[in-house]
Amino acid sequence: MNLITSTIGQGLLWGILALGLYLSFRILNFPDMTVEGTFPFGAAVCASSIVHGLNPLLATLLALLAGMLTGLVTGLLYTKGKIPILLAGILTMTGIYSINLRILGKANLGLLNQATLMKNQLLLNLPTNFPAIVVGLIFAIIVVFFLALFLNTELGQAFIATGDNEKMAQSLGINTDNMKILGLMLSNGLIGLAGGLLAQNGGYTDVNMGIGTMVIGLAAIIIGEVVYGDLSLTARLVAVVVGSILYRLVLLLVLQLGFSTNDFKLLSAIILALCLMLPLLQKKFRVKQLLQKGIQKP
Amino acid sequence: MTLELKNITTVVNQGTPEEKTILHDLNLKLHDGDFVTLLGTNGAGKSTLLNVINGSLKPSTGQILLDETDITNLSEVKRAKAIAQVFQDPKMGTAPRMTVAENLLLATKRGQHRGLKLRGLERHMEEFTEKTAQLPNGLSERLNTFVGNLSGGQRQTLSFLMATIRQPKLLLLDEHTAALDPNTSKNLLELTNDVVTKKQITCIMITHQLRDALKYGNRTIVLNSGKIVLDAQGKEKRQLTEEKILEFFTN
Repeated sequence: MNLITSTIGQGLLWGILALGLYLSFRILNFPDMTVEGTFPFGAAVCASSIVHGLNPLLATLLALLAGMLTGLVTGLLYTKGKIPILLAGILTMTGIYSINLRILGKANLGLLNQATLMKNQLLLNLPTNFPAIVVGLIFAIIVVFFLALFLNTELGQAFIATGDNEKMAQSLGINTDNMKILGLMLSNGLIGLAGGLLAQNGGYTDVNMGIGTMVIGLAAIIIGEVVYGDLSLTARLVAVVVGSILYRLVLLLVLQLGFSTNDFKLLSAIILALCLMLPLLQKKFRVKQLLQKGIQKP
Repeated sequence: MTLELKNITTVVNQGTPEEKTILHDLNLKLHDGDFVTLLGTNGAGKSTLLNVINGSLKPSTGQILLDETDITNLSEVKRAKAIAQVFQDPKMGTAPRMTVAENLLLATKRGQHRGLKLRGLERHMEEFTEKTAQLPNGLSERLNTFVGNLSGGQRQTLSFLMATIRQPKLLLLDEHTAALDPNTSKNLLELTNDVVTKKQITCIMITHQLRDALKYGNRTIVLNSGKIVLDAQGKEKRQLTEEKILEFFTN
């Protein structure tokens, strides 16, 4: 039971990263590698701020701002510097590694005896792992609410149009460069926020904690889409968070089969690869037709 | 609205062995309500001319004046408030993962500031229903359909409606019916003619169909090797024949 509640809490917190990634990967329609630098950057900024005595909530918001800054850097390299997005993201990610080492002063920083959002007075009486669920739920609800609101504004629609058809967006007078920068800032802001929250939940931050975060975020997005199919934009945001929880549960299940935690990243990659191939496999093995056949011939 | 192109020259791949001059010292003045059909062989410079006007290509030399204001250095995005376009490829002018209504809503704000105000789609639905009901291919019943699920003809009709839903100062049509079947193409051309003439929109329409070039518009221009070799209007346009136009293609 403890493992399941821990997984749900983790899933909610990782869901915020997945929501950030959703903005670049699904709405702007490009892969932003900055995520693997932004995530530990948010964690490092948050952990370091807490260690220096800053209020955990403010430290968490600083992680959001730090993430937005990395998004701005990638956005400027991509739009103004005309560097391809993949390379722009990798450059920012690589540069952040050194910055993280400077912020932390060493490769990792523990938060075990520090105040965190999960150790808030109001959450102290809750059973183990429930504070993470409550914090994750609150942040996930706030993020989904504001993202849904933003995407339904005139600016949000211009942002969606930029990812959907850039040439059309430009012909309608939408400054697509600005939209991409804005999207990358929002996306990385959320990823930084997730880094800050997960550092507090895990009780430590490590410069290498960004490795594999892209796969985790994408898996959440894809699982959400596979499970829920065609949805409205707002519902898709919720599906991403649910996808994140499901992904953590799948991982838990696989680890329970006896795999070592060292195999975690390999398993993550395999699960994502399978999820990405699912539509193709469904088509190839005619899963839908087979299921329908089963219904027709009881 | 007046559009004036003064001594426009465009050179591509400048400074490389592939350097090529597309438009040669081109001069053109369009008056309010001019409906120009633009002809020319492939590579004559028709699309380049439209790209220079819409701002996606900066001329190497020359000046572009819109209502006597110099817009030569204005970006495509900034020109969009005055200039609307429909491209040849039906996929180019619409957003496939947004609905028909959402696409139209984007077009109503063409060139305007887009802020954090809620989009207010519901307020526009009546207008969209009314506008699409006048169109030939059943778009009014598909306002909530994702554009990616529409046929090429429906998408191009939508592109045209998006370009004209708020009256532009200048409308650029780059072979906008070329990718459609003959019937759909004919319907869209008739619609184009109706809207452009009724609303008195200044318009340049590229076409490869000599018959259409003669049938529509008050002015026909032929480009050959980046130069205007024919600019016929009034009586001269009425007396034009397909054979006569072809002579300007080859000479």
